[in-house]
Amino acid sequence: MRLYRVYYRVINYPSLTRIEVMIVLGIESTAHTIGIGVVTDKEPYILSDSRRVYVPPKGGIHPRESSRFMSEVVSDVIKESLNQAGINIEEVDAIAVALGPGLGPCLRVGATVARALAIYYSKPLVPVNHAVAHIEIGKLVSGAEDPLVVYLSGGNTMITALLGGRYRVFGETLDIPLGNFQDTLVRELGLAPPYVVNGIHQIDRCAEGGKFIELPYVVKGQDVTFSGLLTEALRLYRKGRARLQDICYSAREIAYSAIVEVSERGLAHTGKDEVLLVGGVAASKTLRKKFEVMVSERGAKLYVTPPEYSVDNGVMIAWTGLLLFKHGITIEPEKAIIKQRWRIDRVDIPWAST
Amino acid sequence: MTYHGQVLSRGAEALIVLTVFNGLKAVVKLRIPKGYRDKELDTILRSKRTITEAKILTQAKELGVPVPSVLFTDPQNGVLVIEYIDGKLLKNLLNAVSLDKACSLMQKVGKYVGLMHKNGIIHGDLTTSNMVTVGDEVYIIDFGLSSFSKGLESMGVDIHLFLRALESTHYGRHRELFKCFLKGYALVIGQKTYKDVLEKVREIRLRGRYIEERKKRPL
Repeated sequence: MRLYRVYYRVINYPSLTRIEVMIVLGIESTAHTIGIGVVTDKEPYILSDSRRVYVPPKGGIHPRESSRFMSEVVSDVIKESLNQAGINIEEVDAIAVALGPGLGPCLRVGATVARALAIYYSKPLVPVNHAVAHIEIGKLVSGAEDPLVVYLSGGNTMITALLGGRYRVFGETLDIPLGNFQDTLVRELGLAPPYVVNGIHQIDRCAEGGKFIELPYVVKGQDVTFSGLLTEALRLYRKGRARLQDICYSAREIAYSAIVEVSERGLAHTGKDEVLLVGGVAASKTLRKKFEVMVSERGAKLYVTPPEYSVDNGVMIAWTGLLLFKHGITIEPEKAIIKQRWRIDRVDIPWAST
Repeated sequence: MTYHGQVLSRGAEALIVLTVFNGLKAVVKLRIPKGYRDKELDTILRSKRTITEAKILTQAKELGVPVPSVLFTDPQNGVLVIEYIDGKLLKNLLNAVSLDKACSLMQKVGKYVGLMHKNGIIHGDLTTSNMVTVGDEVYIIDFGLSSFSKGLESMGVDIHLFLRALESTHYGRHRELFKCFLKGYALVIGQKTYKDVLEKVREIRLRGRYIEERKKRPL
């Protein structure tokens, strides 16, 4: 670790008063979203947020196609983000980039751009873990202080909390992530893509009016598994043994209940009294309702990351990059290689109080 | 039936109430309905888990594993009354005692888990919060997620969960503690099964998300 002098620059701030701020530009490109965000260490924190999302014509995300899309649009997104922030790239104090975890070809687009910017403009480069970034932006915008974090997205399902300077994993999926589970289910049922229409996931549309039928409910300690549930749900559908809405309703009910159950276990185990939902699936109203009931029964408090920041974006990378940069964490461009399998519990969190 | 007593803890699954049952100091494990899940699912889960827990506690006791005795069950209402174990949570004790002492406790835990696995009992939620020390003895409690299985997969998951619990709660010491646990475990389960289970644990861990070692997996 090399310590950089943390310096402040005087700029024309939105309010037109001149104050000292630190500015970080963040680059996100782990899966389907190429996002560039610019943040500062003073209110309003978020100066700009530009993104483009790769939508596959059919099926799931093909990493090569997604990365091709990203390399085509990335320069536009950077320009747009800088314009929106009303700054020149010279005014940026550091470049932050998500080096993992994620899809290799996509990560490489962000990493290449970040290294190039850092070298060309002689800016320090800050390596950011995508999962940590989801949590830190969630904390910033929701106001949670020391929450049990429930991170649910297409690629991640984990219950984590800060303990001993790192985000420790208290529970996770033993096979497929929750988002992946519900996407695969509706796809195989012939209802998607698109998976989300007008902000509502296809599983929620399909589940309307459904009744409960028994499907495998598997919780192993603080971990969950969904592949057995997926297989059985699809088997019933293919054999015509159950109504579509009953399958959707029960599969969703079981998957969400299992997540809430392991989260409640996490609360009991860690003694935390805040729950923070982050990640793309956190946008689900049905899931949020279940969490609201659980935390109120426990006397805890629920924080939910607003949808715009619960999905992948550049702002979260910039914000986490800023926190890291303030603690002197940077990386040499030649060492800034991507890490597809960069687990959250491998990252030291210097701002952790416990 | 109504139960009077002091609420000992509000676990994730059940309310634990300290009470007196037929003159014995007892614990009522009350699986209260969870408002967040479908009513039907809720009823199924609560009654199934109550029945399984009572069955398994009885069997474990017969095997000689220190567990609370079952005093009364009422599956429809999710009620299980068991003996009260007056001791200290292993979770709190482990970080407070010397490594030697912690090691001998862990070895004992390993022995009991081995004994259960050998007889087809999977605890399902092995954490140090679910172990109570009374003097030199370690009681295994909370069989709420337990099941019957002699499959390598189930044993592997059981051990994996315990290792993960050690990593997240006793980080810093978890390697030594796990080693001591395995020593006791191997002793009871036998070298062959021990090796198979460990291999399974390794395999299960590699299934987790973003594990570095997965890269090195031979094709």
